[in-house]
Amino acid sequence: MPYLTAFITGGLLCVAAQLVVNLTQLTPAHTMVLFVSAGAVISGLGWYDVLIEFGGAGATVPLTGFGHALVNGILDGLNQKGLMGLFTGGITGAAMGITVAVIAGYAAAVLFDPKG
Amino acid sequence: MKAGPRESRAYQRLHAKYRPQTPLLRNVTVAFLVGGTICAFGQLVYDFYLGLGFTPAEAAGPLAGTMIFLGAFLTGLGVYDWIGDFGGMGAALPITGFANAIVAPAMESKREGLVQGLGTKMFEVAGPVLVYGLTVSFVVGAVRYIIRAY
Repeated sequence: MPYLTAFITGGLLCVAAQLVVNLTQLTPAHTMVLFVSAGAVISGLGWYDVLIEFGGAGATVPLTGFGHALVNGILDGLNQKGLMGLFTGGITGAAMGITVAVIAGYAAAVLFDPKG
Repeated sequence: MKAGPRESRAYQRLHAKYRPQTPLLRNVTVAFLVGGTICAFGQLVYDFYLGLGFTPAEAAGPLAGTMIFLGAFLTGLGVYDWIGDFGGMGAALPITGFANAIVAPAMESKREGLVQGLGTKMFEVAGPVLVYGLTVSFVVGAVRYIIRAY
């Protein structure tokens, strides 16, 4: 049941983020930064792959997965290029996300006007 | 007059009944349902790319790209802000919410100019996410490099 486990994993990550927003003074923007950073640290410990194994897209789609993509890219870079990979791997790992975010984000902001 | 314990307890019960309910349970439930639905849809996109012959590692990029594109497009149409008002962090934490955080402020500040308005406001939230994401992952990678070296 990959769809069910994706639903549960992604849903629970969002519940954790919602609890942070509701129970602390942190804004949603702070919480997004916190979760990207947390994803990077968990990935560095080698635990994020376990979460992906279980939750699939439920683990990769939330922003913690973006932090994991950065660290995963760096670890791949270290394996392939040594110390150089520390500087090139992060952006490489998140390249498609960053590029689409800038291009599609720019296009949508230019083409559409705010509603209401 | 000092309220005795009984009056005090009665007051507390009354107070609990009439004070505005903290919508914690509602917020958390909605975040679970909205976030879960977006991720289940992400799984559908992921399976689509696996079906095209991508390996799991190769499919991660296109999955993120597709979700970000959809988030940006739905924000342009005004749909994602509605999902965000309803779903809270359930809409903000998935990477579609990252796209929303780029497009929504950029669209608003378009009139201030395409460079200083749109170009800077695109990164109002996405900027910090990239700065801290890159910095923390760099430190994590450096630690892993040092551990491996010694």
